[in-house]
Amino acid sequence: MTLTDQQREEILGSANTVRQDVIRMVNAAKCGHPGGPLGMADFMATLFHAHLRLNKENLHAPDRDRFILGNGHTCAGYYSLLSQKGFIPTETLTEFRKFGSVLQGHPHRNAELGIDMSTGSLGNGLSVGVGMALAAKQNEWPTRVYVASSDGESQEGQIWEAATAAAHYNLSNLTVLVDFNNIQIDGVMREIMDVRDLCEKYTAFGWHAVDVDGHDVDAIDAALCAAKDETERPSAIICYTKIGKGVSFMEDKAGWHGVAPNDEQAKAALAELSV
Amino acid sequence: MLQTMARELAPLHQGEPTKTATREAYGNALVELGAERPDVCVLDADLSGSTKTKGFSQAYPERFYNCGVAEANMMGIAAGLASMGKTVFASSFAMFATGKPWEQIRQSIAVPRFDVKIAATHAGLTVGEDGKSHQMLEDITLMRVIPGMRVLVPADAVEARLAIRAAASEPGPFYVRLSRAATPVVFSEDYEFKIGKGTLLREGNDIAIVACGIEVPMALAAAEELAASGIEARVIGMASIKPIDKEILIEAAHECGCVMTAEEHQIRGGLGSAVAEVLATNAPVPMAFCGMDDEFGQSGDAWDLVSHYGLDGPGLAASARKLLDSKLA
Repeated sequence: MTLTDQQREEILGSANTVRQDVIRMVNAAKCGHPGGPLGMADFMATLFHAHLRLNKENLHAPDRDRFILGNGHTCAGYYSLLSQKGFIPTETLTEFRKFGSVLQGHPHRNAELGIDMSTGSLGNGLSVGVGMALAAKQNEWPTRVYVASSDGESQEGQIWEAATAAAHYNLSNLTVLVDFNNIQIDGVMREIMDVRDLCEKYTAFGWHAVDVDGHDVDAIDAALCAAKDETERPSAIICYTKIGKGVSFMEDKAGWHGVAPNDEQAKAALAELSV
Repeated sequence: MLQTMARELAPLHQGEPTKTATREAYGNALVELGAERPDVCVLDADLSGSTKTKGFSQAYPERFYNCGVAEANMMGIAAGLASMGKTVFASSFAMFATGKPWEQIRQSIAVPRFDVKIAATHAGLTVGEDGKSHQMLEDITLMRVIPGMRVLVPADAVEARLAIRAAASEPGPFYVRLSRAATPVVFSEDYEFKIGKGTLLREGNDIAIVACGIEVPMALAAAEELAASGIEARVIGMASIKPIDKEILIEAAHECGCVMTAEEHQIRGGLGSAVAEVLATNAPVPMAFCGMDDEFGQSGDAWDLVSHYGLDGPGLAASARKLLDSKLA
């Protein structure tokens, strides 16, 4: 299956909405992480619009798909996608990170909003995905479990405990999408603690692993389709992305990992994104 | 005027004490639960023979997952299974079930309030010969401090089975602390265990001794010794450390005038601290804390160690006398 022109338009439009929402949300919160979700927008939009079986109708169906944002600090983009799916009112988005808001600074499990897991501490998400995938297999459910992760998060040892277990249990219903942007809070990942070739690593751990251009929605869609064809192995899709993608002054800048744009910067960013 | 409530003594085991380890009772309770409830899953981290989850693994292999020597991952898997509607028991030795994966327990189990029961064996000094790397003396503290985490420390095999069944029937996270060593059976089979309730094991109004786990039979032995010199010690078993039974503690403080706690655990943060938190704000009385005083254990025979650290009957009796002296001073 390849994307139809209409699907591609829809995904690209959604990714653009994610980027605009992220700028507005982080600007309104005056803190947060804009760079990551801008870079992840294309593969996240592809997942949410073309693959993840999560919508208002099946929200409470026990055998629907599950999603875990392992790199929970990038949740502004996740919240935008949940809003686009109708789970979060658009006007709620700018309450992100504020006192009393359901949109916590890092995701908190919320059955009504479609948030399947609390995250924020790096390394913990993939293990939970393994547990969800095991339960789905045990129950003989068609559930697919998707986990977003990142190159920085791959420095956590627990990721590799989970990777070992997922292959051991033949969790073909588990897919991890790794945002590989070579940036982490303190700077350049390759300089701080190089995780090296994650495709090779996951392959060595017994996974079906591929590298894709994380901004090529057709390639991402093809990788997600290939993951569904697996019958024995879990799948890892290493998405090479540019942090801050879509906003020229944020692209590839470690400084935009965890800093909010001020009003002027937000205006400039939104102007670029609305073209 | 203080109103004395009608008190009921817990039914105790009669005759020659049989000895069973609480981990044995845990293993049997799991097999029982497995038959009753298809939603119960069990995880272990390469210690199923020792933690006694092996019985479940043989009876229900499709619901048992040996996670290998990777406890952090095991706790994440437990959370994932629970998020899909399972009731999950996750086991290892107390050191590796609470110390190593504390953060995963907090973030992935307690924050989303998943139905995961961490049942840890080989807790405390009575691991014996394995020494300080395996003598977990900080786990009650580590688990008690996590919001929403309930903490149960059964005294014997009867109470262990009931505690496991109670934890299974109550949604949300629990920590159940179990022992390696065979210990005397204290309770009779008609004993009723309730989460949040302490049990009155012995009447007395001179001093109250509050104990959990293997220290319960030790406290009873200390009370016998004290009785020989005319001191009547009240003994309270406090398996439910969180939630704790405030009522029974406040009543004991009012009626006995001093309270001593006993646990094979660090003094700081454990049962003693939990009791002190209640009494300091409701019924402040002189207290003594028996446990490990800011030190690690060492290799040796389990019961030699218990004696060495003053946690056997004579050791507790000596501490009780000191507390009584300060109360009367």
